[in-house]
Amino acid sequence: MSDVPAGLETLQFLYPGDRPAGAFAPVLVGVVGSGNLEVMLEAATDRDDCAVRVETSARGFGPIWQAVMDDFHARHPLGGLRVSINDMGATPAVVSLRLDQAVAAIGPIAPDAGGRP
Amino acid sequence: MISYAECSARERLALLLDAGSFHEWLPPSERVTSPHLAQLGVPSAFDDGVAVGRALLDGRAVFVAAQEGEFMGGGVGEVHGAKLVGLLRRALRDRPAAVLLLAESGGVRLHEANAGLIAVSEVMRAVLDVRAAGVPVVVLIGGANGCFGGMGIVARCADRIVMSDVGRLAMSGPEVIEASHGVEEFDSRDRALVWRTTGGKHRWLIGDCDALVEDDVAAFRAAAIDLLAMPDCSAPPTLATLEAEHAMLDRRLHALPPQAADGDADAEGIDTLHAPPAAGDGGTDEAVRLWTALGIADAERVPELAVDAVRALRLP
Repeated sequence: MSDVPAGLETLQFLYPGDRPAGAFAPVLVGVVGSGNLEVMLEAATDRDDCAVRVETSARGFGPIWQAVMDDFHARHPLGGLRVSINDMGATPAVVSLRLDQAVAAIGPIAPDAGGRP
Repeated sequence: MISYAECSARERLALLLDAGSFHEWLPPSERVTSPHLAQLGVPSAFDDGVAVGRALLDGRAVFVAAQEGEFMGGGVGEVHGAKLVGLLRRALRDRPAAVLLLAESGGVRLHEANAGLIAVSEVMRAVLDVRAAGVPVVVLIGGANGCFGGMGIVARCADRIVMSDVGRLAMSGPEVIEASHGVEEFDSRDRALVWRTTGGKHRWLIGDCDALVEDDVAAFRAAAIDLLAMPDCSAPPTLATLEAEHAMLDRRLHALPPQAADGDADAEGIDTLHAPPAAGDGGTDEAVRLWTALGIADAERVPELAVDAVRALRLP
């Protein structure tokens, strides 16, 4: 018996960060509604990698989430970043759009990294 | 023009208040979430469906809460309600120029049962305490989910209400009435009926809201600023005002001729509700009959009129 509550599935992913996101105020995009999700990005200046935690009501889609997050990491290889997602059955395309929206909401990230955007 | 109904709660906060002035308490990063939903297999929201904080409105310090209708229909759960109560109690201490509630809610979040019910009753109590202290509570209603159930009561406990024509305000929602009294009593799929009986135009004409605006964030902002500028925006309830309110409600309840209130088929099986209109009483529709009885001219035209035209119809 796992500590995952019945009906919800928790997924975690970890990516090496190639480009530090730097310091920024937490951003939240999207809403936990049917077919939708919320994505929160927080700066984790104490770490170099990108930690992703997903809570979803749609169980059994781990490999799809893995692929969506791999694609996200390929687009935005950010480090020092914490990605937290509450999902209510969003499709992969919606998830990708929300992730990109969240990164855009951070504001410009210096290409040489490290400093404040 | 940006549709208020189509905005999320956070978009409304960003557009309605002075730019960049919103400072949130218990923001999503604090992860103060529902202790109940995960046990039911329902995903939580990092803000439990409501954002609360302080901000500036036209330069005046206000407290504000915005409910997210897309999350659980804006339902008030234990944490959601506690955030509203905390905001209101803080207003007692800090005395902002007003507390704005951007309401969009179906009422109690039934998943949380008694905790949600208690939360809503605590919100009502807190609203009345803030009013009694002379800090005006202004409710803005224009979200797609309307303002129903316990939040409908909370809204009517406030000093002032701003509504758009697409906004809806009532106690029992259309589906609830249909489920309990049958489709003959109320067809929840009849959108025109739903808006004639709960929509912003109706609430304006019968005096249940203080401002009727277009579905536009800027119009809501302007209306809130205008209300706050009124010297009597804050109207703490007194015995006299409550008695006057009850007398008004009694008059309104009896404004309809008796046969209009009795919509059931009579002994011969003739449906009096859908009988041919009697001359001069507004026809067969109960909402139109009520508007007519209240002295609104050409009441049957109200549903098709623009907001400006309906605004001009209300009698002083």
